[in-house]
Amino acid sequence: MRHPETWLKVRPEGLFCEPGGFYIDPLRAVERAVVTHAHSDHARPGHAAVLASPATLALMRTRMGAGRAGDAQQPLGWHERLRIGAVDVWLAPAGHVLGSAQVVMEYGGTRAVVSGDYKTVADPTCERFEPVPCDVFVTEATFGLPVFRHPPPGEEIARLLASRALFPDRTHVVGCYALGKCQRLIALLRAAGWDAPIWLHGALAAVCGAYEALGVPLGDLRPATVAAREALRGAIVLAPPGAIQDRWARRLNDPVVGLASGWMRVRQRAKSRGVELPLVISDHADWDELLATVAAVEAPEVWVTHGREEALIHAIEQGGRVGRALRLIGYGDEDEGGDGPDDGPKGEPETEPGTGAAA
Amino acid sequence: MIAFADLLERLVFTPGRNAKIALLRRYFATTPDPDRGIGLAAVTGELTFAAAKPGLIRQLAMERVDPVLFAWSYDYVGDLAETVALIWPARPTNAAPPSIAEVAHALETTPKAELPALVAGWLDASAPGVRLALLKLITGALRVGASARLAKLALADLAGGAIDADAIEEVWHGLSPPYRALFAWIEGHGPRPDPQAAPVFRPPMLAHPLEPPDLAALDAARFRAEWKWDGIRVQLVATPGGRRLYSRGADDISAAFPEIVEALEAEAVLDGELLVARDGIVAPFADLQQRLNRRSVTPRMMRDFPVIVRLYDLLFDGAEDLRPLPFDARRARLEAWHARVRPARMDLSEMIAFDTIDALAALRDGARAAAIEGLMLKRADSPYVPGRPRGLWWKWKRAPLTIDAVLMYAQRGHGRRSSFYTDYTFGLWRADGALLPVGKAYFGLTDAEIGWLDRWIRNHTTARFGPVREVDKTFVLEIAFDAAQLSNRHKSGVALRFPRILRMRPDKPAEEADRLEDLLARAEGRPRAHAPAVDDGGDEG
Repeated sequence: MRHPETWLKVRPEGLFCEPGGFYIDPLRAVERAVVTHAHSDHARPGHAAVLASPATLALMRTRMGAGRAGDAQQPLGWHERLRIGAVDVWLAPAGHVLGSAQVVMEYGGTRAVVSGDYKTVADPTCERFEPVPCDVFVTEATFGLPVFRHPPPGEEIARLLASRALFPDRTHVVGCYALGKCQRLIALLRAAGWDAPIWLHGALAAVCGAYEALGVPLGDLRPATVAAREALRGAIVLAPPGAIQDRWARRLNDPVVGLASGWMRVRQRAKSRGVELPLVISDHADWDELLATVAAVEAPEVWVTHGREEALIHAIEQGGRVGRALRLIGYGDEDEGGDGPDDGPKGEPETEPGTGAAA
Repeated sequence: MIAFADLLERLVFTPGRNAKIALLRRYFATTPDPDRGIGLAAVTGELTFAAAKPGLIRQLAMERVDPVLFAWSYDYVGDLAETVALIWPARPTNAAPPSIAEVAHALETTPKAELPALVAGWLDASAPGVRLALLKLITGALRVGASARLAKLALADLAGGAIDADAIEEVWHGLSPPYRALFAWIEGHGPRPDPQAAPVFRPPMLAHPLEPPDLAALDAARFRAEWKWDGIRVQLVATPGGRRLYSRGADDISAAFPEIVEALEAEAVLDGELLVARDGIVAPFADLQQRLNRRSVTPRMMRDFPVIVRLYDLLFDGAEDLRPLPFDARRARLEAWHARVRPARMDLSEMIAFDTIDALAALRDGARAAAIEGLMLKRADSPYVPGRPRGLWWKWKRAPLTIDAVLMYAQRGHGRRSSFYTDYTFGLWRADGALLPVGKAYFGLTDAEIGWLDRWIRNHTTARFGPVREVDKTFVLEIAFDAAQLSNRHKSGVALRFPRILRMRPDKPAEEADRLEDLLARAEGRPRAHAPAVDDGGDEG
């Protein structure tokens, strides 16, 4: 038995699997990378070789261009075993966004699972999280406080549609991250019976196209950027969080400004963003999901990569397991990890006071 | 309680007045009696409980939550009720969330010892939004993002134009929750509720600002003039049913000014200005601020900040409604009433004699007392009409004071202006070369100017703090303000009254902006150790 702490190491580039000679979600360009999902803080450009799920590779090519998504790209289907060096590697769905994977590594009679970002509730746009029993479970803790309990997403969509019914002339613009949240919102709206066109900020179009090409139908989508103000009367528009209150939004008709994020659970957070319709919809596990997952994988030891690790580790230890903070710096720059950029689709990085860039 | 919690949630985040009215209207239209009436009472501040102390809530949470996790969570959320609402580990129950009427009734009838179990049961049955509304309600800490006036406008909207908000105002203080008779009247299946002898509020008559074209057309012989005082407009009501002191927004502020209520012994409805005055000299507004927004008052406050009401008008003499009478006739009745009753703590607003508008302008510009904002002009034949009828009453403020200040910070606006930097913090130079902020202004620029300045701010940003940008200290704004008052709450030592932007001065080098010492030399009043923030209803005479 070789305990994973003897072969899974934190290096400046990120988490390194020594007997396999590869990094998982490295923070800078490396020789060999295994990538859990295509968010830019986990999937960096310029690696020599990249192993990931087919959908993750496709989304990386869409977002960074085929030339930067890895010189050699190797797709790995769910549950297909691959020997890399002395390590058996396979992928299991993580339920975070389309293609998002947990990396399962078996070596020296032990199994470690790096879950990347994940959620366990159903999401019509991606495969559902699968718990994999293991000796060491490596987890995120973005919403690692017991105040974060996400409501059923259908209820939040119902609030959006109720607002649209009350203010039928106002454009309802919802801020959302380009990869994952946007497509999930569209799918949730379709499931709630919203068949009308959904209008998109230009920064969201490419990934929606990629989702559809990967077999996730999203219905009638149209570019909001070229639409006339009149056409957007009463419409639902999706845009990056940085655009909803900036110059781009001036084209909208008396907009109700919404934002879909797990951070909207806390009033002061929502108020400081100045939105009128906060929607608590997250692609990260909430507190209950984190604890339930730790129990389901039956790991005696849990490592926490990023987020509010101290509270989660406290709860893990109270449950009789070993908890350890890995303190990997650099995750959470895209999607909800860093509370979201405040400005501009290109996202001049900006975090709220007191949270820190790597929070 | 679900609909009420949902209403609160939306109101808190909604900046637009019309949107707030629409949300309130939907709530009143879709919620049954008696819940909607209790909800209305909660919105208008008529429903207050202090059944539970924050300690009880904390204790309830502690019985179910790990203390370390609770402490971290509270630290993160920053609000006790919200922390408990979010963290509450609900036990499974078949109970439905309580209705707001049920909650109101139970809080009045439940013995204190049974309260914790009752509240815990409610929390188990509710989702986080309802839990938050419940906890805020039972601790008396409910903050509604809408005024009582907006609720009345929503009710008028519900009446479909048949009843206006002022008509609702006139019966309002004779009613009590759950307002069944009011809703029946509004929905057209009941008579107008008769307030009988209750001391109800009468919607006030307001003035328009006097602009140059109106000034030119003014016929001096037809108008009367009074000083416009910088206090708060109030209405005093004494009827056989009680005595009240109301703000101009219909808030009952009797408890904060018991000496005024006590002085009102004859049956009447009076319109006037509440002022702090010592030996007949009116003190700056900052002194009055010490007494505003308080639920009760200490003898010491009453002694240090003695208040009077300067009477403008008599609306009712006894039960007789004088409002249809012309101003001159009401004024004569007011003077006769004052001479007859000789009320303590009330004097008459002085009538200013003048022959021509030019003579009046000279008087206005000569007035430099801090507490005088300018003049009120009232047409001699004007009846007392609620609202802001045109051409009858004018407010003619004295020429503002101005400074040239340097733009330091800008913050995004709200609602329609949320994509623009519209809230400007400006400063003046201190002798040592430091730039100190002296105020903030939100108004005064046209949309085109706002757009231009927005671009300038984005191109000259030096640092960012959330929604605030710090900019190069190179842009000069000409700021108008009504008065400067010394203040030791501000680093600069001075606070401006009603600052607004007069014009942008891109032509002026920042180093030629005004000096702080010059402003301090023009400031009035003495420093205060502490002055609570207050909404005095804005500028209204």
